[in-house]
Amino acid sequence: MLESNKDSLKLEAMKRVVGLIAKGKNASELFPAVVKNVASKNIELKKLVYVYLVRYAEEQQDLALLSISTFQRALKDPNQFIRGSALRVLSSIRVPIIVPIMMLAIKEAAADLSPYVRKTSAHAIQKLYSMDPDQKEQLIEVIEKLLKDKSTLVAGSVVMAFEEVCPDRIDLIHKNYRKLCNLLVDVEEWGQVVIISMLTRYARTQFTSPWKEGAMFDENNEKAFYDSDSEEKKDQTEAQPYIMDPDHRLLLRNTKPLLQSRNTAVVMSVAQLYWHLAPKHEVNIVTKSLVRLLRSHREVQYIVLQNIATMSIQRKGMFEPFMKSFYVRSTDATHIKTLKLEILTNLANEANISTILREFQTYVKSQDKAFAAATIQAIGRCATNISEVTDTCLNGLVLLLSNRDETVVAESVVVIKKLLQTQPTQHSEIIKHMAKLFDNITVSMARASILWLMGEYCERVPKIAPDVLRKMAKTFTAEEDIVKLQTVNLAAKLYLTNSKQTKLLTHYDIRDRTRFIRQLIVPNEKSGALNKYARRILLAPKPAPVLESAFKDRDRYQLGTLSHSLNTKATGYLELSDWPAVAPDQSVRNVEVIEPVRNPDTLLIISGSESEEESSEESDKTSSDSGKSSSGSEKSSSESEPEQKKKKKMTKAPQKKSKPTANLCLLRFIPVFPMSLQVTTPSFGPVKTYELLHHMTGKGLSAKYHFSRQPCLYQPSMVAVQVILTNSSDHSLEEIHIGDRSPASLNIHCFNTIERLEPEASVTVSMGIDFSDSTQAANFQFQASFFIRPSVVHLFHYTFSLTALILCLQIFIITAPLRVSFSCVHLFAGRTVSSRALVLVSLELKESSTALLTINTEKSVMASMLLRDLKQALAQA
Amino acid sequence: MILQQQISVELNMRNSPSDPPCQSALFKGGHQNITFHQHVNPSQFIVWELLQDGPICRRLFSNSGNFWHTGTISCNIPELAAEMIHSLFLINHSGDIFLEKHWKSVISRSVCDYFFEAKEKAVDPENVSPVLQTPHHYLITIYRDKLFFLSVIQTEVPPLFVIEFLHRVADTIQDYFGECSESVIMDNVVTVYELLEEMLDNGFPLATESNVLKEMIRPPTILRSVVNTLTGGSNVGDTLPTGQLSNIPWRRAGVKYTNNEAYFDVIEEIDAILDKSGSTVFAEIQGVIEACVRLTGMPDLTLSFMNPRLLDDVSFHPCVRFKRWESERVLSFIPPDGNFTLMNYHVSSQNLVAIPVYVKQSITFFEMGPCGRLDITIGPKQTMGKTVEALMVTIHMPKAVLSANLTPTQGNYTYDLATKVLVWDIGKLNPQKLPNLRGSLSLQAGAPKPEDNPSLNIDLKIQQVAISGLKVSRLDMYGEKYKPFKGVKYLTKAGKFQVRT
Repeated sequence: MLESNKDSLKLEAMKRVVGLIAKGKNASELFPAVVKNVASKNIELKKLVYVYLVRYAEEQQDLALLSISTFQRALKDPNQFIRGSALRVLSSIRVPIIVPIMMLAIKEAAADLSPYVRKTSAHAIQKLYSMDPDQKEQLIEVIEKLLKDKSTLVAGSVVMAFEEVCPDRIDLIHKNYRKLCNLLVDVEEWGQVVIISMLTRYARTQFTSPWKEGAMFDENNEKAFYDSDSEEKKDQTEAQPYIMDPDHRLLLRNTKPLLQSRNTAVVMSVAQLYWHLAPKHEVNIVTKSLVRLLRSHREVQYIVLQNIATMSIQRKGMFEPFMKSFYVRSTDATHIKTLKLEILTNLANEANISTILREFQTYVKSQDKAFAAATIQAIGRCATNISEVTDTCLNGLVLLLSNRDETVVAESVVVIKKLLQTQPTQHSEIIKHMAKLFDNITVSMARASILWLMGEYCERVPKIAPDVLRKMAKTFTAEEDIVKLQTVNLAAKLYLTNSKQTKLLTHYDIRDRTRFIRQLIVPNEKSGALNKYARRILLAPKPAPVLESAFKDRDRYQLGTLSHSLNTKATGYLELSDWPAVAPDQSVRNVEVIEPVRNPDTLLIISGSESEEESSEESDKTSSDSGKSSSGSEKSSSESEPEQKKKKKMTKAPQKKSKPTANLCLLRFIPVFPMSLQVTTPSFGPVKTYELLHHMTGKGLSAKYHFSRQPCLYQPSMVAVQVILTNSSDHSLEEIHIGDRSPASLNIHCFNTIERLEPEASVTVSMGIDFSDSTQAANFQFQASFFIRPSVVHLFHYTFSLTALILCLQIFIITAPLRVSFSCVHLFAGRTVSSRALVLVSLELKESSTALLTINTEKSVMASMLLRDLKQALAQA
Repeated sequence: MILQQQISVELNMRNSPSDPPCQSALFKGGHQNITFHQHVNPSQFIVWELLQDGPICRRLFSNSGNFWHTGTISCNIPELAAEMIHSLFLINHSGDIFLEKHWKSVISRSVCDYFFEAKEKAVDPENVSPVLQTPHHYLITIYRDKLFFLSVIQTEVPPLFVIEFLHRVADTIQDYFGECSESVIMDNVVTVYELLEEMLDNGFPLATESNVLKEMIRPPTILRSVVNTLTGGSNVGDTLPTGQLSNIPWRRAGVKYTNNEAYFDVIEEIDAILDKSGSTVFAEIQGVIEACVRLTGMPDLTLSFMNPRLLDDVSFHPCVRFKRWESERVLSFIPPDGNFTLMNYHVSSQNLVAIPVYVKQSITFFEMGPCGRLDITIGPKQTMGKTVEALMVTIHMPKAVLSANLTPTQGNYTYDLATKVLVWDIGKLNPQKLPNLRGSLSLQAGAPKPEDNPSLNIDLKIQQVAISGLKVSRLDMYGEKYKPFKGVKYLTKAGKFQVRT
């Protein structure tokens, strides 16, 4: 069928072949027939052939080479989807001979106009590297280039490639750190996980610890940082204030919204980031989100509970308010139950112990015996940790001894043994009780424990112990090793304390088996010296065992990792380094060449990580296909001579950058905005609000507006305006809508009529206004009606105008802000909203705080106004 | 990351495929020329195998009379490269592997044996640990709809990343074919395979948004399969889905409907544990807003609540603008097309949770004779004036309970002998005549009396009310001119509602 002329028949055949592959059957003998179809026009057939190729190419390398030329051709296809998938398949064919071809393809794709293709090339890097590690150096170059990519699509994949190829080349991240932080929210969810985990490692090497205030602790002694809150507070007051690196803060701030993600992996990775990086008092914000994840699938619960278990050891307070969320249900899987139990035990303190113990009582009765046994151990741990309840627990456990179930009894015995050991006070009653039960207990561990207890405290129960020993002697041969050992122990101890009653017995049963002890205790002449010490050896006070959590040592591993889950180091696990004692140079992350941030004259420098010199170099390389844009730059008027060259670079770049469409950004010229780092994404930063309509003039209706600085949803040529309408009157306003407008040609996208606005209520509506790049005011009317008395409707007309002058500065919604800095020249490029005219601004800093400001644009009116406002703004600053 | 360490790849040489290996060695990863020196008997087969959890390279030589003393095999030994997800196996309830997909070199299905071992041990499939370690790999498994999705991992990766992805795979299959079961997957094996191919590239998730996938691989419909057979068209799109590129990947461009509608279901689940006496040990409300939006163009919706303060902890579909929520407590979003989960929320635990029903129960097992008695009555408590529907009680009986002889005053009951689950399906709760189930349980003769009473799991539904009192106040649409049909429905359900006895 594969040889057939009809596509449908071929397709049918290929489907069967893929079916075979899916079932794990061998279909390799069909290789020659399948490979022929690689150039098929039918896209589905082609895809199936790809699936086949990727599966079998490794085994049939020679034949697979036949298909390579098809892919090479497809790499030049105008359709980005085809280019992308060709690269995907090409890089998936694990045939060593084509490594150079792949390398070439990756390099080309990394400079592709389509972010989708660039993303594919990032994936291909990893594939090539795993096939031929010798290419590392060349691949790192490509990674370096792709890291600078501003598309959110690429970011996740390239960081993934970075993690795989050169996780130690932290220097590549510096320049991109801020950009990655700012893009993070918009990256697809899987990329977020990878980026967050990379940034966690990065931050641990680049910032100083927010935990140790002052030099009170030795840096290596990390344990000390986890100490209780009270101690921490003390530190804070004593030590000199710790100032967090703004970049550190940026990371924390930008990851916080991701706690609300629906993807559990993202939430977990943010949680671990906070755990490892945030100051102690800020970690608490992750709690709620983690508890939320417990509602998810069983497997998710398992992992999250493991992590919570580790966290709760160090910081009880974090999860204590949510204690009830960890209550066990009878339908939970056993490993979930055990983990919940673990957490409850960790959370136990004086205040809540009674509640927890009451809860534990229910669990002990569980039908799941493994779980019941775990509960008993948990009770034991609570009892040792909180001394107030030790007696209560002990009594409870003794009651359990009469339980019908063997495992429960056995576990209780073992735990009681441990508890008694920690509290060697008078507990002879319990020991007597246990001796009575001894006959009924069959689990060897429990029997051994009782025997041990007898021996250890035989002075307190002088009458019972020999009886028990007598019983044991009879059944000795049938017992398990551990019980035998303890019997011998008991006999020896008894001999020393109570030799009269036990002498016979001892000789009777231990003779051959325990030569050592016999020598020790049978008082023959030779071993007289030893005998002296026998008592000391056997009855030496034993150190009490420490009952502690199994999760105690898991904090070695980074939370949320596979290694943490397995509690062993997984292959490829990267250690999270300790905080550096001294922060490495912060300026490495700065994108500018010079760093005049604190110089008031140069307030215009936007320390956004959006732009860097390299991007212009990059654009140089792609200049061949940006002919259109360079002609655009020639149009711009009044170019100043020395800057011509630089300008050309700038104008090319927007052309290139406008393709991704992803991140429409604004350039901020206005100095009222603080010098914040998060300028790049439109959603950040304060927004200046202007009054449109005062409530006095508006008869109760007041309106304020601000420019949301986001691309307008309605039409690209419009400026998005957000109007906040507030009803400050005492009656509700109805039917608020926009009425007449002037000039009539003005293109406004009105908001939908607001049917009713209650008193004191406010509503935010968004409008789109096309100012046609002019500075003329937009006049329009608000119409609102309200009832003073029913049936009488007053119509009011409010007329006002948006002051376009203020607007003028803001019209610059720049499709791709680009700034190039050469020592002290700063260049900005942007486009106007509706006519897409280029606006170029250059600012040259001179000595003695003067600057030369040049604005180039074809809109001369705009240029002069912009110049004036900028000058004003600069002067103010 | 590649580890330049020696990995234990075995080279086995056998005289015939069935013979035991006579020589093995360790090799470094990467491209290797392996020279061998071996005396070979004439007219015999010699099999070379490089093993790493199964053969990775196999050469068969037929000697046909020649003496082979030395030779070289050129082969590529896999490195320990970190792709997040290496392979995926789908395993049914009875332990058959019915589908396998490898995103890199092939891993023998023998790797699943470790999993089967763990499964044997755990008895109940729910109890199998999701993360397992084998000598060379790590196995991460999810159990859903009676199927195991087993992924093979080679290096460090956040386990939740894999788990979340596997659940997405299951969700996508569910979304495409209506259910996620072995028969459905096998019927559509090619489509599933294509989907897996698109969802993961080199072990890293590529496209997991349902609408992006649907543009690339169209879900099967009867009409389309007829059309395709006639015209020779295909189910596979040839252009890059628009969503893949934009920064709103969840919505495709150019959506058109004749009837524009947006419906929201506010569904709340009560999680509660009640103790023997009927008092609440623990109770909380988890809510979810499911949306079904069929709107033309690029609508921008704003959903606001009467009482947003009730919401304590929320998680959103990526479309929701978090900033607006932070500042104004409204949900502002450009919705995906079709059905999706808009948000999940948790109602703050400070608020008292209304428990809609009370349960009077007594389950006793007698010391004498192999029998016990059961008596359960359910009545309404705080139902907000609505009727409780679809009431159902599920009891996991102790293993010793052989059979149940009960009489319900309403509804009917079943007792599954194999799983020991008693299900009493009541239906509507009539406050005038409370449903009651009583009768005797017979125990296995000779077995000790179960010392613990089983707990009761209760299911119920209350239409037209969200038990937390959450109300949607309005839905506004911007960006498009038409008027859509809007609707909000409320529903309260029992989540993990358990009564201890």
